[in-house]
Amino acid sequence: MKFTLNINGESQQVDVEPETPLLWVLRDDVGLTGTKFGCGIARCGACTIHVDGQAMKSCQLQASAAVGKKITTIEGLSKDSSHPVQQAWVEVGVPQCGYCQSGQIMSASALLAKRKNPTDAEIEAAMADNLCRCGTYQRIMQAIRLASSKIQQA
Amino acid sequence: MNKIVSKKTLSRRSFIQASAAVGGGLMLGFHMPDALAATISPKSSSTSTAVGTEINAWLVIDKDNTVTMRIPHTEMGQGGLTSVTMLIAEELNVDWSKIKTEWADANRHLRNNKEYKVMSTHGSQLVRLQHPHLMGAGASARERLKQAAAEAWGIDRSQITAKLGTLTAGNRTATYGEFAEAAAKVKLDKEPEISIDPTKWWLLGKPTQRLDIPNKVNGSAQYAIDTKVPGMVYAAVKASPVPWGTLKSHNFDAIKSRPGVIAAIPLKAVAGKRGQPDLQDAIAVVADSYYRAKTALDLLPVEWDFGEAAKDNSAAYYAAGHKLMEQKGQVSGKEEPKAAETIAASSKVVTASYQRPFETHARMEPINATVWVQDDRIDVWSPTQDQSAAITLVADQTGMDPKNVYAHTMFLGGGFGGNGGGGTGVTRQAAEISKQLKKPVKVIWSREEDLAQDKQRPLAVAKLTASIGDDGLPTALFTRAAWFSQDAMNQIGGATSDYGIYNIPYKVPYRQHERHNAKTHIPSSTHRAPGANQMGFMAEVFVDEMAIAGGWDPLEWRLKMTEGLDDFQLVFKTLKEKAGFRTDLPKGEGMGIAMVESHGTIAACCATVTVSRRGRLNIEKILVVLDAGRVINPHAATEQCEGSVCWELSHAWTGGLELEGGRFVNTNFDSYNLLRIDQNPHVETIFASSGGDKFGGLGEPAGPPAPPAVANAIFYATGKRIRSTPFRQHDLSWT
Repeated sequence: MKFTLNINGESQQVDVEPETPLLWVLRDDVGLTGTKFGCGIARCGACTIHVDGQAMKSCQLQASAAVGKKITTIEGLSKDSSHPVQQAWVEVGVPQCGYCQSGQIMSASALLAKRKNPTDAEIEAAMADNLCRCGTYQRIMQAIRLASSKIQQA
Repeated sequence: MNKIVSKKTLSRRSFIQASAAVGGGLMLGFHMPDALAATISPKSSSTSTAVGTEINAWLVIDKDNTVTMRIPHTEMGQGGLTSVTMLIAEELNVDWSKIKTEWADANRHLRNNKEYKVMSTHGSQLVRLQHPHLMGAGASARERLKQAAAEAWGIDRSQITAKLGTLTAGNRTATYGEFAEAAAKVKLDKEPEISIDPTKWWLLGKPTQRLDIPNKVNGSAQYAIDTKVPGMVYAAVKASPVPWGTLKSHNFDAIKSRPGVIAAIPLKAVAGKRGQPDLQDAIAVVADSYYRAKTALDLLPVEWDFGEAAKDNSAAYYAAGHKLMEQKGQVSGKEEPKAAETIAASSKVVTASYQRPFETHARMEPINATVWVQDDRIDVWSPTQDQSAAITLVADQTGMDPKNVYAHTMFLGGGFGGNGGGGTGVTRQAAEISKQLKKPVKVIWSREEDLAQDKQRPLAVAKLTASIGDDGLPTALFTRAAWFSQDAMNQIGGATSDYGIYNIPYKVPYRQHERHNAKTHIPSSTHRAPGANQMGFMAEVFVDEMAIAGGWDPLEWRLKMTEGLDDFQLVFKTLKEKAGFRTDLPKGEGMGIAMVESHGTIAACCATVTVSRRGRLNIEKILVVLDAGRVINPHAATEQCEGSVCWELSHAWTGGLELEGGRFVNTNFDSYNLLRIDQNPHVETIFASSGGDKFGGLGEPAGPPAPPAVANAIFYATGKRIRSTPFRQHDLSWT
């Protein structure tokens, strides 16, 4: 089935089974590989993207259900890694292997879009679905607090 | 299906500008290694893109003074890319902003008789063991540049200084670039010594931003799973759910009309050889997209013969292991009959048994490999820690001369000793399918396949017994341990089951350790801090049991029992000074100590926990004190310690694979629980460096002492002695 998706501000026509998870459409059809496959059951958060500004796990989201919605992937979060969350991630040096970090950044940026100054408990609640096997959690907390202060100063 | 041509949202140029804009200090203008596999020609790995004159295999210097360093190691999150660059740059003495990096060519390494010495990254060895030749490559190039200038200027080499890319003698100066061509022809009478004195370093030892970070905040870092090759097809695979079962039948007709499905290919088991992982019986479904391949595979009727292994379960393994604890095993080191004799004659004896389950690597990048078999060459994109092994493995599977196999180095979505695609059969699977279909193929293991078929950390059992003297210290220590590995081997790779339990530093008068090697059908592998990760828990919880039985404070006991061992004393004294360790906290609160030495590094932890009356555990803080001799990049080293602690607590607290009917009950992250952000303790890392000639590893050692420190803290908080993991299975409630 052919349909059109709005991804990172551009229209993309795809031709897949309508139930195909958006994750695989992004990765294999559109070629945006920054969104990662981790578990396929929405338990690790590596595939987190924004749909109309909400953090969603693209491995459990049917591509056809995203028609008419604004899809943002890590590649579209900013043109030049200038989003405050990306800047904070670099300054704190969060990533180790980096594989989960697109998802972490997308979850964190969705949180800060809603709550500019979240409490630690709110950060933990918003990030609890994003697994990191390298154990960068401590730096993720630190970077979100830093990004929060950047956003508030802006 | 209409394939839309992949379109990059950031050009390389804009990316480099972006990294300069968001980065600071040392990172400005730094080029990332080119691992853009999704768009590069598969032939590109044999062709370096470095511009200039090759001084040696590691270094190319251009006329404009740009230095390209070739990195023969893997970046899997441990900071290896940056460490290698720092080691070479320290000796070459070159402006950090003038450095570019690219991955070294594994095929060249093979053809030129191991030109890069080692192209495998494991065992926390990169700094520990590879520093001599990496620093040596920089030192040699520096001296040859100086010699070339000395000859041109008619002076002696000793009159020239080389600093930050500039050669100077009196009023004369030149850039390295100006003398690169001449230096390439220089032969030195004697290769220079490297400088291992940390007080003389200008770059090493300084906290340095990792070079791969900017690539990892915008989705541009390319992992093996991101590989896209023209004409590529996708395969989903399934090996016997009970490992090493045989494939009896499959019915391709049931799925062949599904969209995009190309073939179902049965894969026959191949026995592994040293350094060449095996392949199990498996079935692969190939389609024009991964999703189509995976959904078709899920619907494919398949019959297996599981064999006797289908009867195996964890409880039976533990029972067998504890039975072995009553039998004589292989003696590690020398036989010491007085250990058992002293215990038999003692009036005060402490004894305890411990057990720990299988654990899996669960790298966030699921196991995968892309292989393209052509008539005259094979290309491999695999998340391997060992490029050399990837080449020989594919050559073995296909019959191709290894000289015609090209392994592309990728960023790894985690390593942890499991070696990504290199330590499993996936690379053989991809090679076999590509050979049969004559197309490039990408094989991805689903998370369920990854957990079921990865090579696991062995289940382990131990029993420790000590006699306690009048001074409360042990007079003898007798220990036995067993681990369950596929080949009933004491050794997996370079790691042994003795780590963490036999090679302990405490000076007990009489000591004997015996090991049993029990067999399982579950494939086994090294797993971050192998051996020490399982056995260190057993030994260090028992240390607390011994100390408390003898009336000693556990920290004072460890200080006493390592008297005369300066580096251990340094670590324990630092811990004592920084941790505020105490055993008199109110009930429900506890602190615990543990120390495990691995990879040449001493690591001690102090854990602070709270346990609610209902038994809810909260690990508040882990203080880690380490002696690795010296620290190359404190920034990356600290991150590795934080990560190692989280890694081990994932297993000891929330993890644990449970075997039932020959297969694991845990199938995905809903039933194999990794530590999540709200459970992660605050980790503080302190380096207590003894210097000298010690070069310890730092990618793994901070992990093993964390679980026993927590178990020892739980004892003080609740009075409950924890002798097995995961902690989640224990009732920690107290009144």
